[in-house]
Amino acid sequence: MNAQNAVEARNTVKAFGQGDAQVRALNDVSVEIRKGEFFTLLGPSGCGKTTLLRLIAGFEMPTSGTILLDGQDITYLPPNKRPVNTVFQSYALFPHLTVAQNIAFGLQMLDKPAAEVKSTTEKMLALVKLEAMAGRKTSQLSGGQQQRVALARALAPQPKVLLLDEPLSALDLKLRKEMQIELKRLQTETGITFVFVTHDQEEALTMSDRIGVMSAGKLQQVGTAKDIYTRPVNRFVASFIGETNFLTATTEAGGARLATGDLIEVAGTTPGQRVTVAFRPEQVRLVTAGEAGAIPATITNLVYFGTDTHCHVALNDGTEVVARLQNPSTGDAGLAIGQTLALRFAPGAAQVVED
Amino acid sequence: MSDRAFQVSRLPGFATIAIGVFLALYIPIFTLAAYSFNTNISMSSWGGFSLDWYVKAWNNDQVKDATLRSLIIALWAAVISTAVATLAALGTTRRKAFKGQTFIYVIINQPLMVPEIVTAVALLIFFAQIKVITGYQGLGYLILAHSAFCVPFAYLPIRARLEGMDLSLETAAADLYATPWRTFRHVTLPLLLPGVIAGAMLAFVISLDDVVITEFVKSGGQDTLPTYMLGQLRRQMTPEINAISTALLVLTIALLTAFFLINRQNDKN
Amino acid sequence: MSQAEQAQVSRSVRNAWYLSTPALLILLVGAVGPLMIVLVYSFLLPGKYGNVEWGFSLDGWRGILFTKDIFDDTLVLADAHLTIFWRSIKLSLLTTVFTFLVGFPTAWFIATRTPKSRPIWLFLITIPFWTNLLIRTYAINEVIRTEGLLNTILMKLGLITTPLQIIYTDVAVFIGMVYVYLPLMVLPLFAAIDRFDMRLLEAGYDLYASRLQVLRRIILPIVKPGLIAGSILVFVPSLGAYVTPRVLGGGKQMMIGNFIELQFGQGRNWPLGAALSMLLLIVVTIALLVYVRYANREDANV
Repeated sequence: MNAQNAVEARNTVKAFGQGDAQVRALNDVSVEIRKGEFFTLLGPSGCGKTTLLRLIAGFEMPTSGTILLDGQDITYLPPNKRPVNTVFQSYALFPHLTVAQNIAFGLQMLDKPAAEVKSTTEKMLALVKLEAMAGRKTSQLSGGQQQRVALARALAPQPKVLLLDEPLSALDLKLRKEMQIELKRLQTETGITFVFVTHDQEEALTMSDRIGVMSAGKLQQVGTAKDIYTRPVNRFVASFIGETNFLTATTEAGGARLATGDLIEVAGTTPGQRVTVAFRPEQVRLVTAGEAGAIPATITNLVYFGTDTHCHVALNDGTEVVARLQNPSTGDAGLAIGQTLALRFAPGAAQVVED
Repeated sequence: MSDRAFQVSRLPGFATIAIGVFLALYIPIFTLAAYSFNTNISMSSWGGFSLDWYVKAWNNDQVKDATLRSLIIALWAAVISTAVATLAALGTTRRKAFKGQTFIYVIINQPLMVPEIVTAVALLIFFAQIKVITGYQGLGYLILAHSAFCVPFAYLPIRARLEGMDLSLETAAADLYATPWRTFRHVTLPLLLPGVIAGAMLAFVISLDDVVITEFVKSGGQDTLPTYMLGQLRRQMTPEINAISTALLVLTIALLTAFFLINRQNDKN
Repeated sequence: MSQAEQAQVSRSVRNAWYLSTPALLILLVGAVGPLMIVLVYSFLLPGKYGNVEWGFSLDGWRGILFTKDIFDDTLVLADAHLTIFWRSIKLSLLTTVFTFLVGFPTAWFIATRTPKSRPIWLFLITIPFWTNLLIRTYAINEVIRTEGLLNTILMKLGLITTPLQIIYTDVAVFIGMVYVYLPLMVLPLFAAIDRFDMRLLEAGYDLYASRLQVLRRIILPIVKPGLIAGSILVFVPSLGAYVTPRVLGGGKQMMIGNFIELQFGQGRNWPLGAALSMLLLIVVTIALLVYVRYANREDANV
C-alpha cells in the first residue's frame, strides 16, 4: 500500500442483472488516485466511470474487489460513514432548504457545534462567492449558482476526497469554461483530492493532473494529459482523445511498411507483425512530390477551420489521411484539390498502438 | 377572426354538449342548495328566504350526534389510513421490483375494485361474529372499516409524490453524513409532506361521504350524517336534509379547493 | 452477485414488507379477510331469524336462479330474480354507453381549453366526483321528483298538464346513475385526450381526411384506452349500485345491490345474500381482468 494514495480501487467488478442479461459495468478495474491530485475519469457514456465513482462514494457495492480510502478498506462502509463527498450531475440540492441550509447540512449531520457550522458555512459561501444568496431557496438560483452551491455543500465538511459526477454538463459553453477555471482554483486552494468524471476530453485535458481513460468497463490508460495525448496505448485511447490517423502496416527492421510499399519510421517493434500505426494530423508535414523518403499522396479535400486547414489526402492505395496545417497570417498555402504531393512525419510522431 | 379560422381541435357540437353537461351537473346541486333556504316545508313552492332549516338542523340532537360521530370517524380513519399508507408507499416505491409487490398493490387497491355492497355485507357478517365474541359494540368497527377503504385514497397521492421525488436527494443526504433515519427526518419527510396532507384530506372526504359500508357496519344508535340522511329520506323529506347536505357540500368543496391549491403550488415548485 | 449485494437486496425486500405490513393488516381485517367468510357463508344453511346455521348446503347458490315451489318442492326458475339481474345489467350498460356519449365531448372540450383555464374546468368535473354520493342522488331527486324542478318548469311552460312520473322508475335510476358516475367516465377520457398530440389532427386534415374520417381513424383509436378505463370505472360501480336505486327506484326497482341487502334484512336468507355477493364479485373481477389484459397489451404495443 502506497501511503501517497487517497483512493485505491483493487480489481473492482460491478455486474448488473443476472445470467445472460448480466452486464459488467466495471470489469476488473484497478486504479490508484494520489493525495491532493485532480484526477479525471474520462470515457464515453456507459463506460463505467460513474459506476466507479458511485463505488467510491458508497452508493453501490462492488460485485467483487476492494475500495480503499487512505489505506482503509471501505468497500462495505455506508456512504454516511465515508469522509468523501459528491457533487451530483443534477446537483441534488435540497429544494426545501435555503442556500445556507444546504451548505450547512453535512456539518449538522456530523453534529458540529453551532458556532462552527455557522463560521464554516460563511467561509464556504465566500469561497464560491454566494454570500448575497445565503437566504434564497435553491430554485431561485441560476444553473451556475446552483452548481456553486453544490460545490460549497460538498466541500463544507472538508472531505478527504471530493467526487464530481459530470458537474459541468448542464451548463452552457461559456459558463462551463468559467467553471473549469473555478474548479481548478478551488482544488488548488483547498488541497482536497478531486475525482472528476466527464465524457468531455477538453475538460479532462485542461483541468487534470492525471487522467484515467475508460471504455467498456475497463480502465484503458492512466497518465498525465500529455502522456495520454502523445503516447496513447491503444486505438481506443488514440481515437477518443484528439483526432488520429490509423494505418495498417507490417513491421520490419527500422520501421513499418505500408500496403503502398512506403516505410514509416516507428520505434521498438519486432519485425514481421501486422500492426496499426497511429499519428496525429498536426504531425504530418506536406512536402513536394518526389522528395526522398516521403510518402506520395493526392489531395482529395480541403476544409477550412479558421486557425488551421484540414487537408485530406489519399495515399496510392486509396487510404485516407488527414493533415492539419496551421494557416499563415496572410495568403494561403497554395494547395488545391487534385494536387499531388508527399507526406513526412516529425521524428517519433508515428507509433504502433494496440487494437 | 379566430372564430372563422379552421381549428383542427374543434369538433362540431362538442362544446354545446360539454356546456350542457356542466349545467346538468351543477343545476341539481344548486337546486338542492336553493331549497335549503326555502321557508315552505312542502318543497313544491318557494315561500321566501330563510335560514330556519339550518337553525332547525343545528338544534336537532340527532343531527348533532351524527355530525360529531362522522367527524370523529373521519378524523381517525384519515389519521390511521394516512399513516399506514405512507409507510406502504415508502415500502413499495423506489426500489427494484420484488416478488409479492403485485400482491401488495392488489391488497392496497382492493377497496377500489370490490363493489362496496360486497365489502359491506362481508363486514356485517364478520363484525357480527366479533360482536358476539367480544361484546364490544363501540365505534371501533366503523373506524376500522373506514380506515381500510380509505387506504388506497391516501396511498395514491403519497405514492405519486414519492415517485416524482428525485432519488439523488436522499443519496446526497447520505453522502453528507446523514444516517438513514436522519435522511428520512430531514429530507424525505419534508418533501413528502404535501403528498401526505393531500392523502389525508382525500381520506377524510372519502370517510365523510361513505353511506353503504357504514349503513351495514353500524350498531344501533351509531348513525353518521350520511346514514342519518338516508334514514330520513325513507320517511318524510324536509328541507332540513337540504340544509345538512348544503353544509356538507360546502365543507367538501372547501377541502377540495385547498387540495387543488396545494397541488398547484407543488407543481409550480 | 456478491454476498454483500445479495444482503442489500434482501434487506431492501424485507424493509418493503415491514413497511407495508400495517396497511396489509388493516386491509386484511377490514376488507379482504371478511370476503373469505362471505364465501364460506354462501355454502351454509340460512338461520330462521337471519344469520346462518352450520351445515353444508348449495341452496344459497341454487337460490340465485331457482326457487322451490311452495306446494311440491320442485325447483322453478325464479323470474323475479332474473328481472333484477336483467335490470342491473341493462341499466349498467345503458349508463356506460350514455356516459361515454356525453362524456367524450366533455372530455374533449376540457382537453382543448387553454392551459390556464383547463385546470379549472377539470376541477369543476372533479367536485361532483368527490361530493357525497347520497347528496348527489338527492340533488337529482330534487329535479325529477313529481313536484320537482323539471315538472314545475314544464308545467309553467304549458308543455304538460300533469306532472311526469319519472321518480321510482327505471328511467329515474338510469338518470341518477348517469349523473352520479359521469365524472368517472370523463376523467380517464380526458387523460387519454390530454396525452394526444393535436398536430396529428393537422396531419390528418393535411392528408385530405374529412372530419368524420379524422374522428374515426385518428381520434377514436387514441381515445380507446380512456374509453376502456372509463367504461370499467362506470360499469363496475353501476352494477353494484345500492344508494341510487334505493333512493330513486323507491325500493321497487331493485338492482343486485338492493337485492343482496334484502337477503340480510327482511329476506333473512344470508347464504343467498352471500352467494349473490360472490357472484357480483366474480363478474366484477372478470371485467377487471379483461381490462388488465387489455391495458398490458396496450403497454406492450407502445
